[in-house]
Amino acid sequence: MKNFISKTLIAALSSSLLFATCKKDEVLPNNNTPEELASMSVEFDNIVGGQNLFLNTTNYTNAAGEQFNISQLQYFVSNIKLHKTDGSYYTVNADSSYFLIKESDAATRYARFKAPAGDYNQLSFVLGVDSLRSTMDISKRTGVLDPAGGHDGMYWGWNSGYIFFKMEGISPVAPVDPTGQRKFRYHIGGFGGYSAPTLNNIKTITIDLTASGIAQARKGRNSNIHLMVDVMKAFNGSTTLSIAANPSVMFSDYSVNIANNYTSMFYHDHTEN
Amino acid sequence: MNKKYCFFCFGFIFLVSCSKEIMNSFQGFKKPANFPESTYRFAENEITANKFELGRKLFYEPRLSRNNTISCGSCHIQSAAFTQHGHDVSHGIDDRLGTRNSPPIMNLAWMPTFFWDGGVFDLDLQPIVPITNHVEMDEIVENALRKLRSHPQYPLLFKKAYGDTAITTARTMKALSQFMLLCVSAESKYDSVSRNLGATFTSQEQQGYLLFKQKCATCHAEPLFTDFSFRNNGIAIGLNNDQGRYMVTLNDADKYKFKVPSLRNVEFTKPYMHDGRFVTLDAVLDHYSSHIQSTPNLDPLLSTGIPLNIQDKINLLAFLKTLSDRNFLTNKLLSEQ
Repeated sequence: MKNFISKTLIAALSSSLLFATCKKDEVLPNNNTPEELASMSVEFDNIVGGQNLFLNTTNYTNAAGEQFNISQLQYFVSNIKLHKTDGSYYTVNADSSYFLIKESDAATRYARFKAPAGDYNQLSFVLGVDSLRSTMDISKRTGVLDPAGGHDGMYWGWNSGYIFFKMEGISPVAPVDPTGQRKFRYHIGGFGGYSAPTLNNIKTITIDLTASGIAQARKGRNSNIHLMVDVMKAFNGSTTLSIAANPSVMFSDYSVNIANNYTSMFYHDHTEN
Repeated sequence: MNKKYCFFCFGFIFLVSCSKEIMNSFQGFKKPANFPESTYRFAENEITANKFELGRKLFYEPRLSRNNTISCGSCHIQSAAFTQHGHDVSHGIDDRLGTRNSPPIMNLAWMPTFFWDGGVFDLDLQPIVPITNHVEMDEIVENALRKLRSHPQYPLLFKKAYGDTAITTARTMKALSQFMLLCVSAESKYDSVSRNLGATFTSQEQQGYLLFKQKCATCHAEPLFTDFSFRNNGIAIGLNNDQGRYMVTLNDADKYKFKVPSLRNVEFTKPYMHDGRFVTLDAVLDHYSSHIQSTPNLDPLLSTGIPLNIQDKINLLAFLKTLSDRNFLTNKLLSEQ
């Protein structure tokens, strides 16, 4: 009993400490009951250069002059934060802030969440899955984070961790692979390592909404922040990615170049308040 | 007719009492007196008889593989200390071969990382690897769970273990962990000596032990007989250029390093090394005494090999056999029921 009391005390103390530190960071307090929160969403509208993305059927050309189509595109978005002009911000509840955006499933293009009513001029999120969640007990990894879930393999079993970004397609410049296809495969992940430090491809994306429309979250309405996601940027960035030279990039040092490239995929188009 | 019925009844009661007797000896997880504290997070997976029994059934369940032919127990055989006796590399589905030797399922509650390269850091995440590996069980976990859900027994077994019939990834993995965590080997002659339970080493074993402490125990640290580190022990680079730990860390200093395996039950876990290249313990000792190769990241402790004469080797082998735990190899609690 004594043990229980001391444990409870420690838990209470540490959680109050947690709140105390939060205040310093000017986190907006979430005193609202769920019914009082406003509905919000971020829409991820995948495009390739100036064109719509159509899986399998349309060919595109990258900066290396290589033609390709895309057969699969999916990525994790997590840890959504909304910022106000006064510097304060609201962090979406961690247990409902993990989204797998899949081009093949239109319903997944929206990351939907709740936030206190207010005017938000900046959005930030993590492209990938943070290291805390990547090493959490398996019982805390449900939904899109379920390592067993049939999410077309967004999890590496052999080297425990999530694949953050996955893009595959066919290109005439890719070598014939063992399945007889000219396929390129980019599976980018790496949360920094648990038992030893290694690749960290976790990227935080920050987007200013001022120019194209701030998000006005109001109870009873849904504010939708519409982002364009230009996946051509994964090829054309500080590194010019060549499919011929790198047809398959997974857990390797080269993946850092692709991750650096794709951080510039996102731009704000408009907000529907 | 009556007689037959009685006989059937009797046999049935006998079977029930038999499995009951086995479970009556179930004591949960107990840390052996000469072992350090375990590292597994038991607080998030409290051991119970029902969860353990479920885990054991899952361990021997071929439905976890694509065509229902391979179970965990296929490559981890109890009589070989849960290794795949006689196979250099694991022999999986459709007669496909892996690239590495099946490691023993033994004393995992103390192990910080899993697999020869340490790519998995949580026992609860471990079973996903062999289930999904193309050359092992080649199944999608979600598919395996679907098979369990439509099985006549599993929903009830999950209910017994967890309170309701839901079959989830976490419940399945944690039940498997419970079985593996209870695969504790700590009843060898060595343990009996070290816990002062009455046994004593023969003079040959004693000499072997002294030699072992001098020449082997830095890496094969007592009482688990591994320090869980990753080292290049100077075996020639394999034809498939398996770079071991490097594949997980991408750190050049980890190239050709593999996890130091425990030597408990080493008498039964042949063949040896990550690719099973040595079929006898004599060959292993010969390697350390005279065949160390200077490959990148060779462990500095082995740069000149381990000098051992013929008598040393005989004494060492005598000591290594004191690490055999026959109870572990035959314990009915851990066997397929």
